[in-house]
Amino acid sequence: MSSLIQCDGIWKQYRVGDVEVNALKDLSITIEPGEFVAVMGASGSGKSTLLNILGCLDLPSQGQYRLNGLDVGSLGSDQLADVRNQEIGFVFQNFNLIPRTSALENAQLPLFYRGLPLAEQRAKAAAALKRVGLDGREQHFPTQLSGGQQQRVAIARALITAPSLLLADEPTGNLDTQSSREIMGMLEALNREGITIILVTHEAAIAAYAHREILLKDGQILSDRATTGASGAVEV
Amino acid sequence: MPAFIWMTVLTALRILRRNRLRAGLTMLGIVIGVAAVIAMVGIGEGAKRAVQAQIATMGTNIIIVWPGVTTVSGVRGSQGGAVTLTVADALDLKKKIPLLVETGWAKRDVMQIVNGNRNWNGPINGISPSYLTIRDWSFASGGPFTQSDLDSAARVALIGQTIVDNLFDDGEEPVGAVIRIRNVPFRVVGVLAPKGQSAQGSDQDDVIFIPFTTAERKVFGTAFLGSVGAMFASTDRAEDLPEAVDRIREVLRARHRLQGEQHDDFTVKTQVDIGRVQEGAGQTLTMMLFSIASVSLLVGGIGIMNILLVSVTERTREIGVRMAVGAKRGHVLMQFLIEAMTLSLLGGMLGIVLGVIGAKLTTVVAGWPTVISTDVIVVAFVFSLAVGLFFGLYPANKASRLNPIEALRYE
Repeated sequence: MSSLIQCDGIWKQYRVGDVEVNALKDLSITIEPGEFVAVMGASGSGKSTLLNILGCLDLPSQGQYRLNGLDVGSLGSDQLADVRNQEIGFVFQNFNLIPRTSALENAQLPLFYRGLPLAEQRAKAAAALKRVGLDGREQHFPTQLSGGQQQRVAIARALITAPSLLLADEPTGNLDTQSSREIMGMLEALNREGITIILVTHEAAIAAYAHREILLKDGQILSDRATTGASGAVEV
Repeated sequence: MPAFIWMTVLTALRILRRNRLRAGLTMLGIVIGVAAVIAMVGIGEGAKRAVQAQIATMGTNIIIVWPGVTTVSGVRGSQGGAVTLTVADALDLKKKIPLLVETGWAKRDVMQIVNGNRNWNGPINGISPSYLTIRDWSFASGGPFTQSDLDSAARVALIGQTIVDNLFDDGEEPVGAVIRIRNVPFRVVGVLAPKGQSAQGSDQDDVIFIPFTTAERKVFGTAFLGSVGAMFASTDRAEDLPEAVDRIREVLRARHRLQGEQHDDFTVKTQVDIGRVQEGAGQTLTMMLFSIASVSLLVGGIGIMNILLVSVTERTREIGVRMAVGAKRGHVLMQFLIEAMTLSLLGGMLGIVLGVIGAKLTTVVAGWPTVISTDVIVVAFVFSLAVGLFFGLYPANKASRLNPIEALRYE
């Protein structure tokens, strides 16, 4: 019961035209608080589908998904929105910042939907930006920031609600090597502070930062093994 | 929630500022619709007030009785052609109907009036002194003639401003002067205060009043002594008018010995009936304006809906992100509704300003009176808000029903 994530026999079916596609087939995983997990697999292996389900953006067709003991499958769309707001932070490959909106306002967005007073939203967003090393860039628009900086704004946005789970979908996919290292270093540091991170990637070097590697193939787990973590890679 | 609404309004304003031209063009329909309504209602209201003021110059709570159509062996005469109304009728009405404050009578003809070497053709009215009170005439100089002038058929006259302008030199004092009407000398005892145009557009100041008896015996040469051109009566309160009209009909029918099936040989009308004709015209105008305004507000609303649908498509990814970080469907719905209402409200306010300027400009340029009431402004405001709400609903609903996964992946 103390597991953060508990998936039991999850299936996900899509209908493409007349063909039914099983994106996930009877998948079960348990993830404990504080883990740093890399989900790997070729495209079409079901890793994005899994991430959507773990992120409460989508519901499994069959099976049970418990997040912090809560049966997500029984929730309505508004309750799912609350769960995403309170428990989960998202970091996307293409950053997904709101265009022509300042870094500060992007970072404060989750609090905005929590209905906090404006001053509190701003103070927390400024603190979150400072935590990712962007103090002084609060009023910059996404277009005025480098890719690495944009991803850091996205991380600040994900962290601002102090979520129990951070989901990163190819967070370095659009970044150069240097920025990738910075971002992964930041995720690693956050994980050391106790945040559970699930990272989807197809790059072994990026997956190497994690302490556990789950390999998917055709919607099923091919392998699930502990890795050493590759902090060494940062210290090249 | 208040923080949410406030931020959403700010966001909406920022989005509008970013797309200034697009927002401006979108608002144009609402701006034009609201401006047209404000300006036209202002002009219409001004015209209505002017007409009401003109009707009020007739006097207050007036009933007018004209001689009606006579039917001789089935052949009907022309309206007013009969000589069925008499002075005796008028006196009897006053005696029998306590509701009537005053009754008066008059008879008119157009005749030549001469003063020295000037002449003018004007309407000569033989009247009872009570007529002046009923029709609310007052004096610029001099005063009315009296009952004894009427009894003695005195040759005295009251003249209107138009007559003064045409028969007298500037600075010449009309009161005390002697003018000739159809060669009969009359002493001017009073000059009437100007009333201006009547509701029908005729010049009310082109008028001469002389005692009824004098007119009958010395000027008009009437065949039937005592027959009048029209009778006038007034009541204290406007609410009494309908009852007074009924009573007048009863009394006159009895006096004229009209049996059950026979038509009235007179016509009774009140000031209200006369005003109603004008109001009817005003209502037609208002209905026309209303339909023009509806069409342009409809077009404006469709414009808003169109641009919002474009905006929802353009911002699909943004909607996905908002949903991912915890926006509920209600939040997304509200955001787009507020954007629509901000747009329509801005348009409405701009329209109100333009409309007021337009109305004022009409007053200055064309000299038409205009009245801008707060009611119209409030209605325009609420209406533009409602247009935004109504036409924003579909796009906002569409946005709120997006699937977050698909929205996030949208290119």
